[in-house]
Amino acid sequence: MSLLEIQGLGITFGGLRAVHDVSFKVKPGEIVSVIGPNGAGKTTLFNMISGVYQPGAGKVVLSGEDVTAMSPHLLARRGMSRTFQNLQIFQGMTVLENAVSGYHLQERGPILADLLGLPSSRRRARAAEEGARALLARVGLDRAAEREAANLSYGALKRLEIARALALQPKVLLLDEPAAGCNAVETEEIDHLIAEVAASGVAILLVEHDMKMVMRISNHIVVLDHGEKIAEGDPATVSRDPAVIAAYLGTEAEHAHG
Amino acid sequence: MKLTPKTATLLVLAALIALTPLFFPSGYYYRVGALIFVNGLSVLGIVILTGYAGQVSLGHAGFAGIGAYACALAPVHLGLHPALAIVLGAVISAIMAWLVGRPILRLKGYYLGVASLGFGILVSMVLSNERWLTKGPDGIEVPDLGLRDLLKDMGLKLANGEFWYFFSGICLLIGAWLVLNLYNSPTGRALRALHGSEIAARTVGVDVAKLKLQAFVISAVYASVAGSLLALMNKFVTPDVAGFMHSIEMVTMAVLGGAGSVLGAIFGAGILTLLPQVLTVFAEYEQLMLGAVMMLVMIFMRDGLLPSVLRKIRGRGE
Repeated sequence: MSLLEIQGLGITFGGLRAVHDVSFKVKPGEIVSVIGPNGAGKTTLFNMISGVYQPGAGKVVLSGEDVTAMSPHLLARRGMSRTFQNLQIFQGMTVLENAVSGYHLQERGPILADLLGLPSSRRRARAAEEGARALLARVGLDRAAEREAANLSYGALKRLEIARALALQPKVLLLDEPAAGCNAVETEEIDHLIAEVAASGVAILLVEHDMKMVMRISNHIVVLDHGEKIAEGDPATVSRDPAVIAAYLGTEAEHAHG
Repeated sequence: MKLTPKTATLLVLAALIALTPLFFPSGYYYRVGALIFVNGLSVLGIVILTGYAGQVSLGHAGFAGIGAYACALAPVHLGLHPALAIVLGAVISAIMAWLVGRPILRLKGYYLGVASLGFGILVSMVLSNERWLTKGPDGIEVPDLGLRDLLKDMGLKLANGEFWYFFSGICLLIGAWLVLNLYNSPTGRALRALHGSEIAARTVGVDVAKLKLQAFVISAVYASVAGSLLALMNKFVTPDVAGFMHSIEMVTMAVLGGAGSVLGAIFGAGILTLLPQVLTVFAEYEQLMLGAVMMLVMIFMRDGLLPSVLRKIRGRGE
């Protein structure tokens, strides 16, 4: 059974059809990638799925429940988490605090207990911190834990965002260009991390520009052009599809396979 | 044992409150000190709202007005003890903050600033115009708190200035303790997260509207209690306590000293309370100098005075 189901999703911005009638499914443990040229509507699609934008048409179904246009914090409670194309790190916080923030749903409690610094409040915070430290180790940031997040390199911040998203222990993880701006080594690290997370049974939806990475790790690829789905299938099928080559892949796809 | 930043802050604050009177040349300075502590207490609420959660209110003096007039009116009309009037004022302020904040905080950006501005003006207008109750712009007398007499009966004799200095100092310490507890707690972290990136905070499950409202209500209670203390200390209150200038003063104190830090905000309250007294030597140019000082701080020390200075010192040490 599919965990995440996108049914005929669409949105218009001031008469412009940004995304139109897009449908696909993501199963647990599967990596589905959304690709397409710049401006194809990938991030818009992501923002609709994750509740940032209200879709004009269509439905988003998560674990059998209609969650269309549901507020992101409610989606988080239902097991959806995401990263952002242009980093959304919590400024003014350390790396560790950023990761601990991902545990909000587990560590939150009555504000009065937090104001009074009751033992229950400290216990919740300590448990979250332990989890966060383990996660930072997993993405290779444990040694930077006490540093100001703003001082980290771009690639490190990308991994920090993934760690924060994983802290929610999501059933569905949406990754918006996790490897953008990363060097080859960093890309490979993120690569492994994504494969590992998928192997643990998380459904992963990925938007990515790095074609090699997409071809290597995806089980299923959805191709968008001008807001519409023009093809889908496994990497080999998609990269041979003439419509896809015409729209976008071209030489890059040959690169990936050659 | 290593000192946590929280304990260190509280110790510094306690030492300052306890030891500064040794250098007071006259009893007058107790009053100035008490004024700084009361202002500091209201600014601590701004630390939560603006420093932690990143929301700006331009109407918090409205809550100070509610707290102040609760102490003026409740003992006379309801027969309430002034200490309970402080609590009543805080409860009314909390309810008002909840009612006002609920619709506003769902909106984004500067709506809170503008809408809270309206609220503050509304409160000061009601206080000025409802003469039958508040006696209008000329102000109203406030009964004695009675705690000083109680202490005298117990054998602890304090002059009025001394009493208010230490009493408001203790209130400030308690207020600071709560704000510091919040900082590293789950709720405090969520507040700082929504300050850093609201959209990312929502995706990790933070109920942004609810949390902003909580921060708004708590900061309103701080302003209310500070307003009550101010009224009880002066034994007199005018609608100016709820005025626009007082709201601006609160935000300026927080931002000038460093809204994200407890000591910084109290430092800002101290500077802005003291500066007008010091700058009187400039006579008619006093306001001008005050403005110039504030502009310079904002240009060269954008994080506020104390955090900027501390960073300079630490930077040199490394």
